[in-house]
Amino acid sequence: MKKRPVVDVSHLPTYDFGAASPMWWGTLAFIALEAAGFALAIGTYFYLAVLAQHWPIAAPAPDLAPGTAILIILLASIVPNHIVDRWARQHNLQKVRGGMVIMTIAGIVPLIVRIWEFPALHISWDQNAYGSIVWFLLSLHTSHLLTDVGDTIVLAVLMFTQKGKAGRRLSDVSDNVFYWDFVVASWVVLYLVIYWTPRM
Amino acid sequence: MSGIRQKKAERIQEGGPKGIRDTSIDEARLRAFLAHAWQTPKGLYGWLATVDHKLIGRRYVVTAFLFFIFAGLSALAMRFQLAAPEAGRIGPDLYNQLFTMHGTTMMFLFAVPVMEAFAVYLVPLMIGTRNVAFPRLNAFSYWIYVSGGMMIWIAFAFNTGADAGWFSYVPLAGPDYGIGKRPDFWAQMVTYTEVSALAVAVEIIATVFKQRAPGMTLDRIPLYVWSVLVTAFVILFAMPAVMVSSTMLILDRLVATKFFDSAAGGDVLLWQHLFWFFGHPEVYIIFIPATGFVSAILPTFVRRPVFGYLGIVLSLIAIGFLSFGLWVHHMFATGLPQLGESFFTASSMMIAIPSGIQIFCWIATIWGGKPIFATPLLFVLGFIFTFVIGGLTGVMVASVPLDLQVHDTYFVVAHFHYVLVGGAVFPLLGAVYYWFPKVTGRLLSERLGHWNFWFIFVGFNLTFFPMHILGLQGMPRRVYTYPLESGWGSVNLFISLSSLVLFAGFALFFLNMLLSLRNGHLAGDNPWGASTLEWAATSPPPSYNFPHLPVVTHRDPLWAEPDTLPVIEGLRVDAREVVGGTVADAVPQLRVPSADNSIWPLLSAIAVGGTFFASIYTPWAVVWGAIPVSIGFICWFWPKGEPEDEE
Repeated sequence: MKKRPVVDVSHLPTYDFGAASPMWWGTLAFIALEAAGFALAIGTYFYLAVLAQHWPIAAPAPDLAPGTAILIILLASIVPNHIVDRWARQHNLQKVRGGMVIMTIAGIVPLIVRIWEFPALHISWDQNAYGSIVWFLLSLHTSHLLTDVGDTIVLAVLMFTQKGKAGRRLSDVSDNVFYWDFVVASWVVLYLVIYWTPRM
Repeated sequence: MSGIRQKKAERIQEGGPKGIRDTSIDEARLRAFLAHAWQTPKGLYGWLATVDHKLIGRRYVVTAFLFFIFAGLSALAMRFQLAAPEAGRIGPDLYNQLFTMHGTTMMFLFAVPVMEAFAVYLVPLMIGTRNVAFPRLNAFSYWIYVSGGMMIWIAFAFNTGADAGWFSYVPLAGPDYGIGKRPDFWAQMVTYTEVSALAVAVEIIATVFKQRAPGMTLDRIPLYVWSVLVTAFVILFAMPAVMVSSTMLILDRLVATKFFDSAAGGDVLLWQHLFWFFGHPEVYIIFIPATGFVSAILPTFVRRPVFGYLGIVLSLIAIGFLSFGLWVHHMFATGLPQLGESFFTASSMMIAIPSGIQIFCWIATIWGGKPIFATPLLFVLGFIFTFVIGGLTGVMVASVPLDLQVHDTYFVVAHFHYVLVGGAVFPLLGAVYYWFPKVTGRLLSERLGHWNFWFIFVGFNLTFFPMHILGLQGMPRRVYTYPLESGWGSVNLFISLSSLVLFAGFALFFLNMLLSLRNGHLAGDNPWGASTLEWAATSPPPSYNFPHLPVVTHRDPLWAEPDTLPVIEGLRVDAREVVGGTVADAVPQLRVPSADNSIWPLLSAIAVGGTFFASIYTPWAVVWGAIPVSIGFICWFWPKGEPEDEE
């Protein structure tokens, strides 16, 4: 078969940010499937709540303090998160390095606070179905927090090495920002479900 | 993107574009460079570390068919037992394991993976690129899948085979009644296969969205690719349901959570809701790609473009959406509120509309063409006949009163085998005959193919049609025997004998493949005179698929320009690179580096698989397993000085 060259792509860059990058779409797809998992777990929460005569079952409503503290920290982290994104898009490696350190801390602090959050539920996972589902929801979110903090730490270390100088790494930083937004947004929803549904 | 512009300016100052490009380079050198850049090393390491979508896709297909053979043999064993009333050949405990392993394997280890396997192999070729978007994720998905499948079958060999049916209902599978670790193996096998299926879905979406040949706008995407794209979205939103529910099941059994314990505020029907929220879309995860096969095979063998392209695409999308609104029709016998049941009856009937539109489009395509009755077309015609019967009984059981009569009887067994075998396996076999020459370079024997088709078509109908009658007579499914006085003996004997005809048909299928691999006629690039891009590659395609990536100017590119292929220039040939474009119009945006071979997907899969396996026995496995899993993933993602990182 004869070839007829019609498009020249030699001038195109090898990476870009946001929807131009295949990795962004991959991240979005993972967010979508994880959001589906969250939605089904939340659906289960309300399904069990509707069946129960009293909700929460045989337990007081969970203490607000640790969960609310995490909510505040996570919401506040959106600001440095998006500043890091801007720096990455500007290819400002020095600032990105500093920003990644801040985001690492912003990820670890809520994980530490979460140590107090499980006891604040005032119920164990094996007491009844209410205990099971709130532990499930909280663990699901904790696993997301852990994963993204792990990812942030690895990326932060990478940015301090020679390999961090490749432009593509900055696009990776931007995708990490995108995923962190999802971790924050999912907590807003879960926080309302876990802490305010029992108070309604 | 001021940053990117600045980077580009720096690069030009450094002496222009990096790397060797495919512009003004002779064909022999071009192929030599590409073969080097995209090679899979020889030997065991290469076999384990490859990220070539064709090698992985092929491996997936072979593995899926091996599981198919295991599941098929379990079915034969069941037919051996049921051939006579009150037979004592297989006891109830083994029988329970056999039907569970049969259903579980067919659904989780054969049907879904084999459909994804074809997508993994074909999509990059059909959209004119060199690999899937995330090649290492693809390799990882295969290793996870195969380890999950091996795990449940090894457990079966040690008399720990799952035995609560392929949908593993609680309380039968729960902590009170589930025997030993049997349901736990089932639940963890689900986790493995769903991780694998979700990984493939993500990479298919990103590949189809971003890596299509320039010019392949949304309305020029081959219908098969549309079908797997829709399927990938269905997987994305359906599979998490079974992961959530199987995790809850294992938690109930391992750490005494109470999700399904009605004495502690849980609910057994919760399991059914979550399972079928996945389970019904699952049917369409299998069926939608099969319709894609039909839409790919038909135009080639009736020698005209498919009728109603837009109608078929919209039907596929509609089926994808509607598949999420049907799950309760599996639960009509559970005493749900009647208003809810009516809603699900209506939506179950509604999905017949887009399915019907597709069938009418195919009939119109045949009507307006000149059919060539080669084996792939025979299987397509067999599909249309069989699937219509399965669809009609589907409309019947969508009605609550009728469903209550035939629920858990052989009528339902007949119905879903007509839908799944007729709707998915027939097109799949047609697809094997159709693409075998592309994959291997050799044609399958047409003579054996015709015999193969007729044995399977006749054997299938003789085996499964009488089950409708048995069901209406009241024979329940999943019983290991039945009394002599029931009068079901002669029909059961007929079914068991007919299943041997079906078995012979499949034996011919595998025999044909084995013989043709060695002795089949050489195929050439495009033996069927087909219109889509995969036929522009050599048979079998080289590691880099196309020496120059193609550009698309027509929905049927090889029919529009049979002798000339419009192509792209300017890609690197000394490093792995593909073209990334806009989602709707496929306008080139990037030269995207493509990941090289790596052993880390395999090692990560071993770490993840080991963690899943150990968590059957102790919850602490999740904590300790996190260490090797993290090491695996970090080593996988850590850049290793690829040439494209210089840019």
